Amino acid sequence: MTGSLFALPRSLHPAAWWIWALGLAAAASRTTNPLLLALIIAVAALVVSARKPDAPWGRSFKFFLRLGVAVIVIRVGVQVIFGAAFGTTVLLNLPGVTLPSWLAGVRLGGDITFESLLLACYDGLRLATILICVGAANSLASPSRLLKSVPAALYEFGVSVVVAMTFTPQLVADVDRVRTARRLRGRPTSGIRAIAGSAMPVFEGALEKSVTLAAAMDSRGYGRRGSISSSTRRANSALLLTGLVAACIGTYALIAAGSPVALGLPLLVVGVSVCLLSITLSARAAVRTKYRPDPWALPEVLVAGAGVFLAVIFVSAAWLSVAGLDTPSNPPTWPALPLLPLIGLVIAATPAFTAPALPRTNISQLPRIEVAA
Amino acid sequence: MINFECVSITYPGATEPVLAEVNLQIPEGELVLVVGRTGSGKTTLLRAINGLVPHFTGGTLTGRILVDGRDTAANPPRELADLVGVVPQDPMSGFVADTVEEELAYGMECLGLAPDVMRRRVEETLDLLGLADLRNRPLLSLSAGQRQRVAIGSVLTSHPKVLVLDEPTSALDPGAAEDVLAALQRLVHDLNVTVVMAEHRLERVVQYADRILIVPGDGAPVSSGTPSDMMGNSPIAPPVVELGRLAGWQPLPLTIRDARRAAGPLRELLTGHVAPLRIIKGARDATPLTITDKLTVRYGAVAALRNVSTTINRGEIVALMGRNGAGKSTLLSTMVGLRPTSSGVVRTNGKDPREIKGPELVHSVGLVPQDPGDLLEASTVAGECRSSDHDAGVEPGTTRAVLALLAPEVMDGTHPRDLSEGQRLLLALAIVLAARPPLLLLDEPTRGLDYPTKARLVKVLRELAAAGHGIVLATHDVELAAEVATRVIVLADGEVVADGPTQAVVLASPMFAPQVAKILAPEDWLTVSEVRAAMTEQVG
Repeated sequence: MTGSLFALPRSLHPAAWWIWALGLAAAASRTTNPLLLALIIAVAALVVSARKPDAPWGRSFKFFLRLGVAVIVIRVGVQVIFGAAFGTTVLLNLPGVTLPSWLAGVRLGGDITFESLLLACYDGLRLATILICVGAANSLASPSRLLKSVPAALYEFGVSVVVAMTFTPQLVADVDRVRTARRLRGRPTSGIRAIAGSAMPVFEGALEKSVTLAAAMDSRGYGRRGSISSSTRRANSALLLTGLVAACIGTYALIAAGSPVALGLPLLVVGVSVCLLSITLSARAAVRTKYRPDPWALPEVLVAGAGVFLAVIFVSAAWLSVAGLDTPSNPPTWPALPLLPLIGLVIAATPAFTAPALPRTNISQLPRIEVAA
Repeated sequence: MINFECVSITYPGATEPVLAEVNLQIPEGELVLVVGRTGSGKTTLLRAINGLVPHFTGGTLTGRILVDGRDTAANPPRELADLVGVVPQDPMSGFVADTVEEELAYGMECLGLAPDVMRRRVEETLDLLGLADLRNRPLLSLSAGQRQRVAIGSVLTSHPKVLVLDEPTSALDPGAAEDVLAALQRLVHDLNVTVVMAEHRLERVVQYADRILIVPGDGAPVSSGTPSDMMGNSPIAPPVVELGRLAGWQPLPLTIRDARRAAGPLRELLTGHVAPLRIIKGARDATPLTITDKLTVRYGAVAALRNVSTTINRGEIVALMGRNGAGKSTLLSTMVGLRPTSSGVVRTNGKDPREIKGPELVHSVGLVPQDPGDLLEASTVAGECRSSDHDAGVEPGTTRAVLALLAPEVMDGTHPRDLSEGQRLLLALAIVLAARPPLLLLDEPTRGLDYPTKARLVKVLRELAAAGHGIVLATHDVELAAEVATRVIVLADGEVVADGPTQAVVLASPMFAPQVAKILAPEDWLTVSEVRAAMTEQVG
């Protein structure tokens, strides 16, 4: 890991990583060019490998890569079974099933053409790329660090989300433990009955753990009364949620092809201002303070900016119908490499060195994680 | 600092109160040790101090609990968070953040302290508990002892005047336990924190206590006093105290050092006596129950076991010792076929344990896991026994009969989760024993067990060994190993570093030597009962 040009080793603001990754995802949603999509994945992988922390959540990127492959396989499979054939290059002829007239749009079996498979591949790859971008954010920024930057009005909601997220790996561990116990008692460990038999202990265990955690959080002062009444606090949360929804719709209208920009932009502006108002109001009354809040400095601007830049390039290129963004599958054409998106991708890869290096945890000193029997 | 005024606590649905008419005053800056049988209400007493009982758990509290003048009835736990810090039994279950530093700051963030204050306190606490090297580490990567220290640190940063700990050393190896206790000692001495701590392993903690509080359970009155007064006639006592009582030492020593200074005459008395050798009763030449040969097990890149070659015979009780994470649990689970081997051979009952399936496994080897509750899934004890008979394919009623021998007081209709820790262990043991497996493996059987239950377990294990079972126990409990083991295997970093008769192994190691051995060194006595037998012989 090389040091950054700009900052001392520290963790980057998690929101910057999320903005960067969502920028990449937004760009991916605007193209079906497999070369560009592959390059977006490559950019995500490059940055993850350069800046991921050595922590449990840092290892989740591989999982998202596998998930991406699964998405492509499923998309192609669906095309083979249900998709309408077009194009002329027939690869295979599956026995077709004639469906009743009220299912006129659905087809089962029949001709499998190269063109339709190619389209399914592109489509699957696009979805996989979006997922992988989210995965990149997930492994670069820890969920609970992101929680620290959640505005006070949404804090309690955020806590429940984060607790739920940390319980998923816990649940996997519990399933493993219960399977072990079943084997020790000489019972079958696979099959429907085994799953039914282990569901109860697993959920009981998860519930018990949540209660323990809740007790621990309560004894450490979580949810202490602030100076504002609970009705004001609830009104404030409602305000923030409304603002967020408006901002989301506005953003969608802006980036979705075919929606009027005139509707999107005002909604986005109104939504963001409502959010800011609510955040200022709740910050004034908050009891909580933040320990070493992540600063928003130059590296954050550069990282988030790189993502936003890529999104802007792709969205405007799609809007201006720049050639090469879409690769036609009928007739099959070799994908082009348009210059403008390529420049955007180079910029999007810069966080690999503009983000500060992480503080050392000294991996050689990590002890083994004890694995219980 | 803490005042209980005529406090009674009754849980919802219960007819009898858990604690009845408790009156006690704990002055500031004392280290109070709460002892009592499992299920006697120790945990209830601890959790009442910060109001978790009854605010969080439900139930009725009569009387009044004042902590630094604040009434817990009027203040829920979160409002007392600046005053009372609570460290739960399993620290991992109470962690909120991902890394050590964030976890230390969490409580202060909730209290709304200023950022510069928080920063300063985190740094102070890192130093105080020796956690500075770990500050950026994910909590999941810490060892059990480090986790316990982080849990203590995470409540200390709020500068509570009272610190409440529920069995802080029960899951720790002897070395890690000493680190934690040293840290607590420092808090009491340097910062005047009042510490209230429940612990079963008296041999580890009694010398640190200023006051002992005995919670007898069953509504009997809670009594308190100085350690030497309370230990003089307490039914439960660490070996050092028992030896002192046996030898009639006055004043009663609580530390190894005091005991050694008083032990001169006893050592003289015992010269000429030889500590009895533990004889393995089973036939030496019979087929071994399990063999491992150059066994290596890996988790990803780390080797949990390296080239472990060992043999377990009938009639042996083998104690498997070593640090947290040394590979003890892995060795046990490999012997049952729960883990694939990377290289080397493991044969249980002459077969590869991975190949033994279903009921046949139950009849050849039984493992009681670290948390015996894992094995239990029925909603009543009777149901658990029935399904166990079914699993093992034995005569209905077999498990119930075994349980009646092990724990006669357990009722049929009780939910396994309502049993005490010790009763749950004995129920799991009964389930495993129903199929009469020749090889019995126990992972940390004494975690959370009180002395009477431990004594019962020791008796059961001895009888099983005499009947020709081979037993392996992975344990941190040096006193248990000294009491019951015929052989000790010490693992470090996945390798066997010592394997031999109990006396030879534990006497050679300051970490694994039991208290009696330390007091009577260089004579090789291990337990109070051995000394007692020798003294009776002397008199007779």
